[in-house]
Amino acid sequence: MPRNNAALAVTLPPQFVPIDEVGIDERVSRFSKRSIKKSSKVQALKLALSMLDLTTLSAHDTPERVRQLCHKAKNLLETMPELPHVGAVCVYGPLVKVAKEVLKGTKIHIAAVSTAFPSGMAPLKTKLIETRQFVADGADEIDMVISRGKFFEGDYDYVADEIAAVKEACGKAHLKVILETGELNTLDNVRRASDIAMHAGADFIKTSTGKVQPAATPQVTLVMLEAIRDFYYATGKKIGMKPAGGIATAKQALHYLVMLRETLGEAWLTPDLFRFGASKLANDILMQLVKEQTGAYQSIDYFSME
Amino acid sequence: MDPKSLDFKTSWEYAPAPEGKEHIKINARYEHFIGGEFVAPAKGRYFETINPATEEKLSEVAEGSSEDVDKAVVAARAALDKSWSKLRASERGKYIYRLARMMQERAREFAVIESLDGGKTIRESRDVDVPLAIAHFFYYAGWADKIRYAFPGKTPRPIGVAGQIIPWNFPLLMAAWKIAPALAAGNTVVLKPAETTPLTALKLAELIQAADLPPGVVNIVTGAGATGAALVNHPGLDKIAFTGSTEVGKLIQRAIAGSRKRYTLELGGKAANIIFEDAAIDQAVEGIVNGIFFNQGHVCCAGSRLFVQESVYDTVIRKLKDRLETLIVGDPLDKNTDIGAINSKMQLDKISAYLKIGVAEGAELYQSSCKLPKKGFFCKPTLFLHCSQSQRIVQEEIFGPVLSVQTFRTPEEAISRANNTPYGLSGGVWTDKGSKIFKVSNALRCGVVWANTYNKFDPSAPFGGYKESGMGREGGLHGLQPYIQYN
Amino acid sequence: MSKAERKAEVVDLKDRAAARQERLPVLKTYKLFIDGKFPRSESERYYALTSANGESIANVQLGSRKDFRNAVVAARKAFPGWAGRTAYNRGQILYRMAEMLEGRRAQFIEELETLGASRSEAETETAMAVDRLIYYAGWADKFQQVFSSVNPVASSHFNFSMLEPTGVAALLAPEDSGLLGLISVVAPAVAGGNSVVVLASHSKPLAAITFSEVLHTSDLPAGVINILTGTRKELLKHFASHMDVNALVYCGSDAEEIRTVQLEAAENLKRVVIEENSDWQSEERQSPYTILATQEVKTTWHPIGL
Repeated sequence: MPRNNAALAVTLPPQFVPIDEVGIDERVSRFSKRSIKKSSKVQALKLALSMLDLTTLSAHDTPERVRQLCHKAKNLLETMPELPHVGAVCVYGPLVKVAKEVLKGTKIHIAAVSTAFPSGMAPLKTKLIETRQFVADGADEIDMVISRGKFFEGDYDYVADEIAAVKEACGKAHLKVILETGELNTLDNVRRASDIAMHAGADFIKTSTGKVQPAATPQVTLVMLEAIRDFYYATGKKIGMKPAGGIATAKQALHYLVMLRETLGEAWLTPDLFRFGASKLANDILMQLVKEQTGAYQSIDYFSME
Repeated sequence: MDPKSLDFKTSWEYAPAPEGKEHIKINARYEHFIGGEFVAPAKGRYFETINPATEEKLSEVAEGSSEDVDKAVVAARAALDKSWSKLRASERGKYIYRLARMMQERAREFAVIESLDGGKTIRESRDVDVPLAIAHFFYYAGWADKIRYAFPGKTPRPIGVAGQIIPWNFPLLMAAWKIAPALAAGNTVVLKPAETTPLTALKLAELIQAADLPPGVVNIVTGAGATGAALVNHPGLDKIAFTGSTEVGKLIQRAIAGSRKRYTLELGGKAANIIFEDAAIDQAVEGIVNGIFFNQGHVCCAGSRLFVQESVYDTVIRKLKDRLETLIVGDPLDKNTDIGAINSKMQLDKISAYLKIGVAEGAELYQSSCKLPKKGFFCKPTLFLHCSQSQRIVQEEIFGPVLSVQTFRTPEEAISRANNTPYGLSGGVWTDKGSKIFKVSNALRCGVVWANTYNKFDPSAPFGGYKESGMGREGGLHGLQPYIQYN
Repeated sequence: MSKAERKAEVVDLKDRAAARQERLPVLKTYKLFIDGKFPRSESERYYALTSANGESIANVQLGSRKDFRNAVVAARKAFPGWAGRTAYNRGQILYRMAEMLEGRRAQFIEELETLGASRSEAETETAMAVDRLIYYAGWADKFQQVFSSVNPVASSHFNFSMLEPTGVAALLAPEDSGLLGLISVVAPAVAGGNSVVVLASHSKPLAAITFSEVLHTSDLPAGVINILTGTRKELLKHFASHMDVNALVYCGSDAEEIRTVQLEAAENLKRVVIEENSDWQSEERQSPYTILATQEVKTTWHPIGL
């Protein structure tokens, strides 16, 4: 369908952008060869903590478990009170109220996974209902999943329209769109899904639910960051990025930050535009920070699990 | 400032991460390596080799005279006749394998010395030069007892004694490219490293000695152009193998005209790197960067002429400029350095002269905003935009981190401009369309085509030029041919 | 040529005709073969060819450096098209050349005899010339398979090396083998996709010129093979120094000539092939390695990814 309105140009369905997998691998390996030491390391680890979406997404999560996680979010480490707080706590929607209660008075956001997470196999109508409900319950951020089946059918309009509808249902809450890159399989698909999500109104694009392997990888994250860069240059809009799942060590987190720094620069080095979705990462970062302070390698026994 | 610009001057920077050099041993003085022994130069003269990043002296090295060269050729001939040709081919192969293994043990030491002596980044000497040099020995070691399978219908024999002259841009790697196939094919050699970067070759000599290679199979004579000339003109050689400038390559071809010496030449280049509008642009930008800034642009196959299809020109250049801002220029020994020191004062002067020429010719100069160290020889990564085919910066090899950029409209235009040069070493093609890759890479008159990649090397992959970029191939099965004869 | 000389020549020809038979034979004008045409030398010079017993045989064009220049222009123009032909097609055209030569065996035998060969020598040389063409016709679509390679590089790349013709080859054909020698250097270069300019034997040029008539009727594109007659002394330096010639094949063993060729060739780094062995009938003189002498190796890399 021809569109003549020039103002619509940026909302046109994105064109196919080819991605070379080997080229991506090579670029990623360059990031991981950056050597981050001493003060530079401490600074980055603190930044990473502030970008953390502390996550629990088990089908058997209970209010008690969520409370524990929220307390951990509030008090990362008694001995280091100067540490920044994490970006958000990420939970299933029905537990938003519990988190809200514990995190009252803090600046820690509450993120709720929504839209029949993790499969997304539900009618749009029910997806919108749950989204509105979670926002009403106090969620600051909604993490939705795209309809991968429709994506593979080639029904990109459906995928885009659905995102736009959920975005509308979010109201003031920020929308993170999970592409589930582990199912998209190719980097070409990751790029296409990223473009669709951004054009449809995503505030963040996110790699994974954490329920599918592989979850976040440096490769898909780079492709998504490059899509964000192109979108920024085309529209002036800054879209956030959240790699989620599979990032368990401080060293990995540093490599992601190197990638972020060298792809998007200063403006994105903030929790407003970058998050790590992780459950085990916090403690590894804390252990590294204590090691930098004391000079001694640390044991997990000295760090609370939640 | 454009509201839509990215800022790579970030509040979070990388702290210095220098590679340790405490465990590295560099002698105060190095002699020639002749007949398995370190031998003082006949004339007693030495020259200094410095660290181009600090301008500090690293060591002093024997200056080879014609007497020294003669001694080395005699030693190589004796080794050929008395030991090397008497060995079973499989035993020759085992010597080369042993050498490869011993190099692996001391890989980091080689890498650090390579960076100290030549100015290249430790990341490249550690991840590229040294492992590739080792891989070369490993690859050709296995050929030693299999050469008869490489030349169907023929019975190959070694040529004899080879004189080999190598450049300063990949000192150890070039030594490996020369020595490994020569030895595997049963020849003995006299190698002359470049005068600014002799140290890793001399370290290799120590290993050759320690590996118990028969004395004289590999001889190393250090020195500058005069030493090279003495080697080229020595009547006792059967073959000359040279890597260096086209200018010197021609001098060599003339010098040995009428003699019976065989020769292979690996010379200069001015490669076209062609970006089509349907390419994976972000990866292409990486390829452009790797093509011209790898090893400070001191690469004969560097992608020094960029051709961008007009429809994606703005996008590519914007991304390229962004990428330039993230390149770290400075201390070669820092693990985070992307661009190290220019190899010598002389080379830096040459590059600086070209920067002036480019501006005078009317091209638009663009450099990254990085700060350069106060001491040492450094050059900012540089783009020349809106270049014309007739400009010297487009036609001549600069051998530095300087990229000349042109646009094109059609594939035919890109191909004809790419080929419009006396050189023919390498080229790059970037497109997502398979059939276009084959059409364009077939049309490029050059010896290596990187399609959707750039500056890749492997011991099994033949490398070498068309036209004035040289003759003969190094690497792979085809790299054996310059070291054998039949009939 | 002065009027008097021309008159003398006519008389001479008449005498010869009378001596042979009653009918006045029609004599052939031997010309150059450039760009598919048969021009006279631009210099309008010739040299008289005489038989062993001093009998005048024919006037042969004394090709000049400008004729050579024109031939190189033609060869350069023809090169991309010829190199771009399928190997199968090149093989067929070489075979066609052999067919045409076979059909005119009698003429070649006669011309070889005229220049001093015995009947049986002439028959042998002509037969071998036909067979040599067929030999290289067969190689046209095979040598690539023997000498190219797929290289097992240690990275995610598909890497292969294949042969491509060097370009324009200038050939100094052997002096003592007017037909077989000429074909032995022309056929491998052309089978491999080069275009050539060849200087025929000075003392035995007839078969070379008649061979150009064979070429003319063999579907060979104009300019692929250009045949000059003249003196090596005059043309050698130009053959070796021409900047648009990529390879030079020298047949002979004159040390000074070889030195000159190598010196001049350095000007543009021509590939120089020296053929000293003059036994063109030997088995070794036909070999795919002869094709290799005017081939370049091109190595192509491409990533392997999704």
